[in-house]
Parts: sequence; C-alpha cells; structure tokens
Amino acid sequence: MRRFTPAERWIHRVTAALMGTAIVTAAFLYLPALAELVGRRRLLVTVHEWSGVLLPLPLLAGLVSRAYRADLGRLNRFGVHDRRWIGRVLRRVPGPRPAGKFNAGQKLYAAFVAGAVLVMLGTGIVMWFPSLTPLVWRTGSTFVHDWLALVIGVLVAGHVWMAVRDPEARRGLRTGWVSRAWARREHPLWEREHRAPDTRQAPGDDPR
Amino acid sequence: MVEDGEGAPVGRRVVLGMLGLGAAGVAAGGYLQNGLDNLLASIASKDPTGLSGLLPGGGGFRFYSVSDSIPHRSDAAYRLTVDGLVEHPATYSLAQLRAMRPTRLVRDVQCVTGWRVPHYAFTGVRLSDLLDAAGVKPGAKALRFTCFDGVYSESLTLDQARRPDMLVAYGMDDKPVTAAHGGPVRLYAAPMYFYKSAKWLSGITVTDQVIPGYWEHYGYDVDAWVGRSNGRDDAPTS
Repeated sequence: MRRFTPAERWIHRVTAALMGTAIVTAAFLYLPALAELVGRRRLLVTVHEWSGVLLPLPLLAGLVSRAYRADLGRLNRFGVHDRRWIGRVLRRVPGPRPAGKFNAGQKLYAAFVAGAVLVMLGTGIVMWFPSLTPLVWRTGSTFVHDWLALVIGVLVAGHVWMAVRDPEARRGLRTGWVSRAWARREHPLWEREHRAPDTRQAPGDDPR
Repeated sequence: MVEDGEGAPVGRRVVLGMLGLGAAGVAAGGYLQNGLDNLLASIASKDPTGLSGLLPGGGGFRFYSVSDSIPHRSDAAYRLTVDGLVEHPATYSLAQLRAMRPTRLVRDVQCVTGWRVPHYAFTGVRLSDLLDAAGVKPGAKALRFTCFDGVYSESLTLDQARRPDMLVAYGMDDKPVTAAHGGPVRLYAAPMYFYKSAKWLSGITVTDQVIPGYWEHYGYDVDAWVGRSNGRDDAPTS
C-alpha cells in the first residue's frame, strides 16, 4: 500500500536532518563533558542557529504538495477512534488499537513538535539578537529554550526508539510503501479506506 | 465508520497551546528560573550522580571554549610573558608567580549568558604587582592578554588592570586551576563578566590603545562591568 509520496519522504528527511543537527550541536554547547571534547564554540553556535532557523522550511515548502496537505489535515483532526486509542494505551489494553493513517500518539507528537519548533524559533531568535529585546525577555526565553529543549530531546529519542522497533514503519518512510498486513495491524481504519474504494475518500487522498 | 481526518482540530489546539505556554514561560521565566536555581542547587548538593548538573541552571560552571580542544601545558613548562610598553620585559614560570605576594578573592562569578556561580575563591597575583615589577612606560593605555589556546584574547585598560580585584590566577576553589578551567594560569577579572577572565593566559602586552578581545569582535562590550554592560542588570560581583 502506498503510504507516503516522494515529497513527503523528503520533507521528513530534511526535517530530521535539521532537527538532528540542532539537537547534536545543542548537546555539544550545553553539556560540559561534550563541550570540553570539541570546543569551537562559535562554529557550533552558528550551525545551531541556522539549523534551527531552517527547521520550519521543509514543512512550509511541503505545503505545495497535495498529499502532504491532506496528511496534515489527518494529523490535525481527532476522531472518536483517536480517543479510544489513547484510552487503550493509558489503560494498557493489549491487542490492536483503532487508528487511521496516523494513530493518536503520532498526531499528538506531530502537533507537539510543530508547536515546540515555533517556540524554540521565537525564543532562539530573542537570544540570537540580544539587542532586539529587554533583558527580562532574554532571561525568560533562555528559561523556555533550555527546558523545552530537554522535553524535545526526550520526545525525539522516543520517536526514534519507536521507529527502531518497527522496521516496516521505517520502510514506509524510506520507500513510500508498506504491506497490507502491517497496515491492517497498525492502522486498521486506513487499511479499510483502501479496501473499499466506494466509500468516501478523505480529502486529497490518492484513490489508487 | 468514523472518517479519519474529521473531528476536533486537536492538533491546531496543541500548537496554539504550546505558543501560549511558550509566551507565558518567557514572561514568567526570569522568576521561575530563580526559584528553580535555588531548588536545583539544594538538590545538586545532595546528588551523588551529578545528573542534576545537566539540568538548566543546575549550578556550577559551564565550559565554553572557542578553540578546538583543551590546550594542556604542564606546570613545569608554563610561562607567562610580560612585554610591550614596559621598562623590564619579563617571563614568569608558575613557581615564580606562586612566590609572589598572593591574593585570595571570594566573589560571585557571572557569565554574560546568565549563569552565576556564588562565592567562588580565586587565588593569584595582582595584575598591578606584575605591572609595577615591569615598570609601565609613559604613553601606555591598555593591556592585551593572549592565550596558549592560540585563539582567545582579551583586553583591559590600564586603570581597570590596576584595580585590586584583577588577578593572574593559579588557584580556583583553593586548588590548582584545571586545564578545563584554563589552567595552569588564567586571568580573573572579578568585577567583569566572565568572558574577560581569559583561560590559558600566556602573554600580557602593554599597549598604547585598547585592542578588543575575541568576543568583543562579535558584539560583546569591551568594558564588561557586571550589571553595567552588555545590556544586563545582574548584581555587581566585585
């Protein structure tokens, strides 16, 4: 089954590369043990600033893709099945959980990262250009930037951990295709959409 | 069957909520960080793992260097040269510096990026003693400091350098200065932001004008008084 178009896969790759660069440079700027290892503070700061500023661009550029806009629409909306998915995860109910093309966890992760990138961008720019804002803003921005960075680090690590445990999900992002069996197990509602071409398609969805 | 892609726009709400929380955090962050600093400092004092040092504001020094690695120089190989507009250019070994009149200062250390280490002891020789020994020539206005990392440099005016709280330091926390902290000998400019306290000090040149140091080429103030420069209002350190 077709899961992602080439445009979507490239958006993900470029975003991942920029996010990885921002996180790695942040670690080397922030953790004394790593900072002592490499030094070169000015270079790291420059790389960190630019990877952060460029981070929203793949997403914005991707808006020209109809398939990508459609997937953003799916990520945005929470149906009844998403609430049931969360309920089952929280109550640790074993077995399959109802999910469309993206499960509720993926939707929440996407929304959180989108918001976090914007907050990091705003607070980062305040720190980058100290003459623009009064000191209290800079102190507050540093506070938000530091603590949110920790949260992002933990969540991105979790995101990567989930991917490591699911080769088929990775194949979907590498090749664009996944097996029907995997889709039935992980995203049963999406698989059902594709089984019944007569039922109404989600907006912008590829009918193939 | 429920259509995927319909329902409440939770994603948008999460993004907008994050933006709201971010703005609230910026507004309240200064006060929150102060409270957290105190909390974390009390946790860190009882934390045998050292993990609390990884949290924002977890206390202690942060390592900043602009060169590619920590330069190492043994106590025996260390030399400090004093030259420029002086009557008696000189080269000091670490032992010679230790033999001079020592000064011990306990002050807060304030970094221009915001972190502050309270009540920290530095031991060393007053810059003014070195200048008196060298005999400053008329026309001298400033000092230029160079470092054996090969990259960093700093400056002070002659008047600033003659203050009693400007040291060529060989001790931090009553122990030798470690290589990571800029040992065996570093500058300690107590009343100024910590970027003035150049690590790995190897040369003092008396000049007829101020030659701005490394970070000052990138917009940091040359006269880096804590609380009165770089757009900050921290409590003065000395």
